[in-house]
This record gives sequence, structure tokens and C-alpha cells, in this order.
Amino acid sequence: MKPSAFVYHRPESLDEALEVLAEVGADGKVLAGGQSLLPILNMRLAAPGHLVDVNRLTDLAYVRAEPDGVRVGALARHAAVERNEPAARVQPLLRQALRLVAHPTIRNRGTTVGSLAHADPSGEMTAVLAVLGGQVTLACTTGRRDVVAADFFVGPLESAVAPGELAVEAFFPSAPPGSGTAFVEVARRHGDYAVCGVAAAVAPSDGQDVDRDGAGRSVDVRLGYVSMGPTPAVARLAGVAPDGPGGAPGSWAGIAGDAIAGLDPEDDIHATAEYRLHLARVLTARALAAAWSSSGVTTSGVAA
Amino acid sequence: MTGEQRMPVRLVVNGAEYRVEVPSRRLLSDALRYDVGLTGTHVGCEHGVCGACTVLLDGAPVRSCLLLAATVDGQDVTTVEGLAGPDGTPHPVQQAFKECHGLQCGFCTPGFLTTIAAFLEEHPEPSEDEAREAVAGNLCRCTGYQNIVASVLRASQIRRELRREGVS
Repeated sequence: MKPSAFVYHRPESLDEALEVLAEVGADGKVLAGGQSLLPILNMRLAAPGHLVDVNRLTDLAYVRAEPDGVRVGALARHAAVERNEPAARVQPLLRQALRLVAHPTIRNRGTTVGSLAHADPSGEMTAVLAVLGGQVTLACTTGRRDVVAADFFVGPLESAVAPGELAVEAFFPSAPPGSGTAFVEVARRHGDYAVCGVAAAVAPSDGQDVDRDGAGRSVDVRLGYVSMGPTPAVARLAGVAPDGPGGAPGSWAGIAGDAIAGLDPEDDIHATAEYRLHLARVLTARALAAAWSSSGVTTSGVAA
Repeated sequence: MTGEQRMPVRLVVNGAEYRVEVPSRRLLSDALRYDVGLTGTHVGCEHGVCGACTVLLDGAPVRSCLLLAATVDGQDVTTVEGLAGPDGTPHPVQQAFKECHGLQCGFCTPGFLTTIAAFLEEHPEPSEDEAREAVAGNLCRCTGYQNIVASVLRASQIRRELRREGVS
């Protein structure tokens, strides 16, 4: 349970890091928080020739909440993102999901951008980026490119980060006025990877008048799924309405059925595909009810 | 031997400085035990699940088996050896574990002690639920969690008593 030997690089600046990454190419691996990478190295599931430790690039430890969304630098720890009040106001789903990422001790070290680059479909933050339609900025010696979530997650543990590139920033779009979000999951033990998890965002449909009593109110819903496929699956349903009180999961049962129609999970040692689909159906309804309840689309009828 | 890369590393452990030269793949947990000689940090699963190796890095609990020694060059590390007072007075968490039988074999204990000590700094008066949540990332296979949760609550109480007496 010790890593095999590697050549260790500890660049002091982004430019230096990109130069080293260009040099070592496909034989290099970036070390940020290391909360996924170190277990893999310790178990010798991977044995990269070069490790490029970016922990000295403290300029990248930022969390910036802006009107259009939250920008998270490569070195921002999960705990820093979770505790950032402006970020929680601009996009509440970040904190809602981060509270379910492993345990606080892991979140003290693990980075949000690192977990995206790791592209584990069981990871909460991959589903958050996917459901919000966020993007990741990749840098290399010759320039930068932004990759949208739909293109960023290529397969299980495979992201669009190419050899020589560093994921320098993730962008999570803000929650529109009047919208609501929620993240719910079922895990065997608290802090474990979820057997199934659902990120939900509910927003008033465009052009829809605000109805004071909230009944029959039409909304657009977006759902992101954890552990339900090789990449974070997303479902979008426009112009739907709960068939009862929006805060009650039962009112969303029909919509949940439609949302999970495209999911194709697999059996593994944790759960059968059938059980996962059952969880997805139940959790989707719960997540939508919770998102509705947290939104401006409630009986108070205030969509800011 | 093909000459594996070695790194000079400066560790500040419990306030004392240690300059060591270690293979670049050396885990912080192993550096503390082999190179610094502080064997209070226990190594269990070595992939971040059990929590036995938890130490404080600049005051925040982290898994020392999921950190390279080279990464934390120059940073402050607190191990279980650093919790007690200079005169050997047990830390409130240690005192509470003693009073509440919070340990049996003691293997997992260093990780619990460091985790709980940091937790109480941020949450001085936790509820029982919060106390349980605080230790959720640490595994114990023999004592049982009831006494450990009781120890968290008792430690919180001891801290308050000490405050009242003006000791700390």
C-alpha cells in the first residue's frame, strides 16, 4: 500500500507547471488534493512516471462568486467552496452537494476541480457541473480552452483533459431568479459513494406569469445523476408542473418517471441496475419537491 | 538500485522542526513514523478510509496517508503527540476518552483524538448528532461508537470547565 516510484515535480508557478506537464506528457499526472489520486497510487492501480504537484500554485486557490456564476480555481479545497457564503447564494447547489462529498476530513484536502478532472461518475460534483451546464477551463503551454460539461466527461474516470493540460478553473452558472435546487442521495454508509444520487434544479418556465397560489405553475426542471452511468447523466424537462402541492414528492411521480426513462445504469457489487432505477425514481421526486420548496416558485409566488 | 529520486523536506511537527530527506513517494504518515520517529500516528487502511492516520495540517484534520511528505514541506503538522500540554496534562479530548472508556485497543484512537480536537475548536458545544457526524469519517472496530460519541460530548464539557476555571 505504498505508491511505486515516480519523479516528483513541484512547480512554483502556473507557467512552470504547464512547461513540466508539456515535457512529461502522457506519463505525467497532476497532484492537487490527492484524495482520489493517492488511494489509486497507494493501491498501485496507477503508476505514473511523473507527478506534478500543483499545491504551490496558491493563486489558483480562489472561489469567486460573480453574478453569472461561481468560478472555482484548481487549488480551492472542497471545504473552502462549501464554506463560501457568496458562492452558496449565487449557486446553492454547490453547498448542498459538497456536504455529501466524502467526510469533512477529505473535503479539507480534496479540490473541487480535481474531482471534476477525476471524472468519477459516482462523484457528486461531476453531476453538479453537468446539471448546471458548467464548464472547465484547461490550460497548456500553447493556450487555453473552455470545455462544456457535456463534452468534459468522456467516460468513467476519463475527462477531456489531454496530456500536457491542467484544469485551472471550473465555472458553475448561477441559479436564475425564482429557481430552486436540491441534492439527495442514498449511500450504504454515510460518506460513501452514493448508490444513486440526484441533483435537481427547478426554474420558472420562460414567459410564465407568476401565479400567487403556485398551483399548476409550469417549470423547467433539470436533473443530474450520480452513479447511474459511465458519465453524469442529465435529464431536462421543460414546461412541466407537479400534479399536486409542489413540496410533496408524490406530486412529482409522473415527471420523475419521464426523467429517468433515459437512464441505463449497470449492476455492480453495490446494487443491481433495477434497484438503482428504483432509487432514481424515488430520489428524483424527492429532489424535485425539495428544489421546489427552496425556490421562489412556491405558494408565496415571489419569483424575484 | 537505480537511484530513486529523494527530496529534502522540512516538517514542523508539534512545533519542532525536522529536516529529513525522503524518497519522493514517501507518504506523510510514513515520514512521521519512520523519518521523524513519532509513531503515535497509526497507519490502518492506507487509502483514506479508516481515519487512523488523521493529523492536523495547519490546524485542519487531513489523512496523512493521502499526502506526500514532499507536498507539505514547510507546513505545520500536529500529531496526537502534540495534543497534550507541555507538562503532560492530557488534552480535554484525551481526558474525556479516559473517563468515558472511549478506547479499548487504542489503534484507531490517535485519528479520533486529532479529528475531535479540531472539531471542538470550530464547534465547542456540539449536539449528540453533531458529535456522531464529527466522527463519521473514522472507523473503530472494537470500542464501539457509543463511548466515543460520549467522549466527544464530555470533552466539550471539560473544555467549558477549564474555560470557567481560566485554565486555558
